[in-house]
Amino acid sequence: MRLRLFVIVLLAIVLALPAYIPWLKTPILLALSNGLAVLGVIALLRAGQVSFGNAMFVCLAGYTVAFTARAAQVDALVLILLGTVAATLAGALIGLFMVRYRGIFFGMLNLAFSMVLFSVLGKFGAVTGGTDGLRFDRPTLGFVQMQRDGFETTLLIIAVFVALVAGILVQRYFRSARGQQLAAIKTNETRLEYLGISAKRVFWGGYVLAAALCGLGGSFFALTQGLVTPEMGYWVRSGEIVFIAILGGSGHAIGAFIGAFVFEFVKLYVAAWLTGAWQLVLGAILLVMVFAAPTGIFGLLERLLRPAPALSEKRA
Amino acid sequence: MNASLLLLALMDGISYAALLFLVALGLTLIFGVMNILNLAHGSLYAWGGYVAATFGIVIAKAGLSPLLILPALVIGAVLTGIVLGSILEIGLLRRILTKDPILQLLGTFAAFMILEDLQRLIWGSQPYFVSDVVSLLGTLTVADVTYTRYQLLVIPSVAVVALLGLRWFLNRTALGRQVTAVTHHREIATAMGVNASRVSLLTIVIGAALGALGGALAAPTTSITPGIGAEMMVLSFAVVATAGLGQIGGAAIAALMIGLGRSFAVYLFPEVEVLVPYLIMVAVLLIRPQGMFSRVATRRI
Repeated sequence: MRLRLFVIVLLAIVLALPAYIPWLKTPILLALSNGLAVLGVIALLRAGQVSFGNAMFVCLAGYTVAFTARAAQVDALVLILLGTVAATLAGALIGLFMVRYRGIFFGMLNLAFSMVLFSVLGKFGAVTGGTDGLRFDRPTLGFVQMQRDGFETTLLIIAVFVALVAGILVQRYFRSARGQQLAAIKTNETRLEYLGISAKRVFWGGYVLAAALCGLGGSFFALTQGLVTPEMGYWVRSGEIVFIAILGGSGHAIGAFIGAFVFEFVKLYVAAWLTGAWQLVLGAILLVMVFAAPTGIFGLLERLLRPAPALSEKRA
Repeated sequence: MNASLLLLALMDGISYAALLFLVALGLTLIFGVMNILNLAHGSLYAWGGYVAATFGIVIAKAGLSPLLILPALVIGAVLTGIVLGSILEIGLLRRILTKDPILQLLGTFAAFMILEDLQRLIWGSQPYFVSDVVSLLGTLTVADVTYTRYQLLVIPSVAVVALLGLRWFLNRTALGRQVTAVTHHREIATAMGVNASRVSLLTIVIGAALGALGGALAAPTTSITPGIGAEMMVLSFAVVATAGLGQIGGAAIAALMIGLGRSFAVYLFPEVEVLVPYLIMVAVLLIRPQGMFSRVATRRI
């Protein structure tokens, strides 16, 4: 119950803040798109697997959006859909190969695939704009041509809504039989197989979900910036996504968004104060998290949000 | 493609493979002993390159013989390995040994982020290189193909010495046998009286020095710029994964495959050059999911 209240308060803050401080719109939009991608990675973390290549789906969706927007007059909502579908299809295909691997091999094979995409985008400059990336004009949103400000506000409201729905759905998935099976890959895959359940098929589902969410995030990211670059798919970006997941806490879908907001604002402020050293600060924060709070910020908040069940049972 | 171009690609490939092998050797050694993939290994390569290049520039400025640069590169790499390796082991790896594998990976990723920024703060973003030693050693002509002695003789011989030396150390010395024992099973080795934490420290220093040596030897022929660490991290992992984690001899063969594959691609299909290492790795892992030379592990239920 308290969790629901917490989410409502958070949503209110996210929607109200930009009304008073307009320049916050872009960082909040970026944080939301990051959060969606992180949500996908959290699904993989459930299975005990860490991918150092999921930014490839973010990047793929971004380029799908950019290519389509440059080729034809397509509405932003359709672009988001197209980007997500492209990432989902790619995830379904690459996933067939990936589900055979666990642990470091899984993480680094994802990294290899993302580096292939990254290099191809950088090399074939004639089509992809090379390392400078692709710029595209602001499309219509909901079939209305808007100014930058109106576009961002509307996109923000849509992004908040999408994030909320995605968070609720992912949380339901975690609680479902399939989600429990996914978590069993982490605890004991062999036992899962002995129950007659194909661990590969379960993991494939998780992988496709992760790709789809990364694609969704990538589409919003591209629309916010109006620019896509190969950098979106670099392996260090994938590492950042995993970092945000650990920072926010992978125990609950909301951890993804808490982490994404903290990350975005730390980056924003540190970059302003200590130019060129934001990675250093983030690295130090990550180290502290690994040692002091491995369950992330949500893990710390959880105790405040959920009344201890043993205590309430006693009272009842 | 004519014969001399073929020979040129072969020489390029061997020199590149030797560098790749040195870095991969360090990575696989650290993985063997700690069972942690050190994502900061690429940074050790970059730091080795920067420290060695700084040494080289100091020697050149002091007016000393450029011949001194060669030992200076090695000394720079070893120093980097000792300092950074000890800091990494004592400050991080030792403390995350029993943690969840995801947290272990992220711990080393944090070290990578910190090292990358520190390196940028210290050396800035302009490229560093020390080419004096290459021109001093001159060139060599093999069947009409002229190639630098440094790349054709110095780098591959360092790699061969590293491979043979490490094999001798691991198989023939008491300390090396202890390292092998810890690699096989840490707990049992400890029960047998091996000081596992001392062995780990030593191995990580050696591994870090090998990574740094790769960077130091690259400094005379390639310019050291920000970002090479991140790139080398991925490439050296591709070598290690293709060979199978912890396989030293296998890493040499995998490095040759990837090095030659890449240099032939440079001449034949320049567009896909950067993709070749990953394509080789994916092709190998499709057929053998644990790498070429890995042994079958028993399942623990």
